[in-house]
Amino acid sequence: MQAKSRAGLAPTASPGLVQRFLKRDSDRRLGALLAGLAAACATLLLLVLAFLLVESLPVLAHWRAFFSSEGWYPLENRFDLMPMLWASLAAATGALLLAAPLGLASAIFVVFYAPAPLARFYRLVLNLLAGIPSVVFGLWGLTVLVPLIARWQPPGASLLAAVLILALMILPTVAVTAIAALRAVPRAVLSGAVALGIGARGRILGVALPAARGGITGGFLLAAARALGETMAVLMVAGNVVQNPSGLFEPVRVLTANIALEMAYATGTHRSGLFASGLVLTLLVLLLAWLGTRVMRGHRHG
Amino acid sequence: MGEKLAERTFTTAVWLSVALVAAVFLWIVADVALRGFSTLSWSFLSQAPGDAGRTGGIAPILVSTLLILSIALAVAVPLGLAVAVWLSEFTRAGRGGDTMRLFLDVLAGVPSIVYGLFGNAFFSIYLGLGFSLLSGGLTLACMILPVFIRTCEAGLGAVGSEWRLGALAAGMTHGAAVRHILLPAAAPAVAAGLVLGIGRATAETAALIFTSGYVDRIPGSLLDSGRALAVHIYDLSMNVTGGDAAAYASALVLIALIALLNVLAQALTDNWLSRRITPL
Repeated sequence: MQAKSRAGLAPTASPGLVQRFLKRDSDRRLGALLAGLAAACATLLLLVLAFLLVESLPVLAHWRAFFSSEGWYPLENRFDLMPMLWASLAAATGALLLAAPLGLASAIFVVFYAPAPLARFYRLVLNLLAGIPSVVFGLWGLTVLVPLIARWQPPGASLLAAVLILALMILPTVAVTAIAALRAVPRAVLSGAVALGIGARGRILGVALPAARGGITGGFLLAAARALGETMAVLMVAGNVVQNPSGLFEPVRVLTANIALEMAYATGTHRSGLFASGLVLTLLVLLLAWLGTRVMRGHRHG
Repeated sequence: MGEKLAERTFTTAVWLSVALVAAVFLWIVADVALRGFSTLSWSFLSQAPGDAGRTGGIAPILVSTLLILSIALAVAVPLGLAVAVWLSEFTRAGRGGDTMRLFLDVLAGVPSIVYGLFGNAFFSIYLGLGFSLLSGGLTLACMILPVFIRTCEAGLGAVGSEWRLGALAAGMTHGAAVRHILLPAAAPAVAAGLVLGIGRATAETAALIFTSGYVDRIPGSLLDSGRALAVHIYDLSMNVTGGDAAAYASALVLIALIALLNVLAQALTDNWLSRRITPL
């Protein structure tokens, strides 16, 4: 067989290697079976997008209404998403503004400052933080953070509470991607800075961070995408009043929380409106994630 | 002088940030542990909830949680492994593999509440499964599939070509090589994918509210509605005044459950896959 002769000519590893297995009948059958399963899987996942589109179709025809300023009164066919969209963006931006410096400092600590055992321990802390379920963050935020804020500026359940909880949740993403990016900076570049007599601060701020900026920015974007898509934690602490975010202490309702709150009783076009808001949310999150991976790939060092 | 001061300020800022993050982490962990342990007892684990969850325990909720998770894994793991093997071993570039990868990466980014919308529309209503453990489990399976497949595929792709050459030289069929050589060699990646999937599925709330529902009795069949632990925590803290103590105990159980399942998944994958790689 042809596969047999080609196999003899391939002493070095190559991606095409997998094709050089002796194709016996059993392998052909297995290949067909796996291709079938892959097709089934692809179909199942395509259905996710298809259903999202189909279910939101009745409202999508009036998509301009999403960006009007007539308010969110779905029972009266008024589907203005803007207040919730702004709330989502404000919460995610605020969370990123907090998580970015703290996450970056965490990464700098792990890569440049901490002795090995401490760095390992701190990475464990970051991993455990990333592993806390969002509903537990929400519970803690609701019972600890919200009363604290309420004592200072009632009502407590507010944009600020959402920002703080989201910042905690996305901090590990920022830190872990930044650690990977900083580790990928070539040693020679850093040694060069040492040879020039540049101090630790200058080496980190002036050499390492600029060299790793692709990976770091990509991490920021992925973290922002995560913050936008988060439902439970925000739902539990943000107060859920539909209004344009006008201050840190005002209660707001984000897009995800709105879906979770209203799906229980929504019917007809109201239901379509919720699917449409899910579609808008998905597009936003995918855009950020796509930008994030693009930036990361674009700046990768050889 | 100024240089030295700037240097010292920077170092202090880095250490302070790290101390802040660690302190907040400890604060959360201490709160959950202290409040959780004060309510947690054997009867909390073995009794049914009473008075909307304020009294009693979480036994039926644990049963529902494990059933939903089992359904999700029973679907996602075999299907995911099959697709990962197909992507890594049975398809060449430009033959649908790249489209599949792009597609998986897109779906890995979709927020979980959107999977909840899909699960409600497709499994609960279109397929007529209603609010049931099956709807919830299948929704979670869809949610964890993309990441599980990509992790396993990366693991298979990282297996050196000499392993395949060796299998080829030994006259193994491709199928046998996958089963006895490649999957065992990729065991760490499979375990990592499994751990990620279990973590996400067990902690998931948003995707389950409209698929598996709120009913807190022991489900009689897979077509009954059942309340997952994460949904229970949400309901107790948001809708039940005076439910905080039980919510914290449930949170503690949830975290312990995820940790336990992770250890189990790791051990099982090691055992199941690594044993095959030893010489016969």
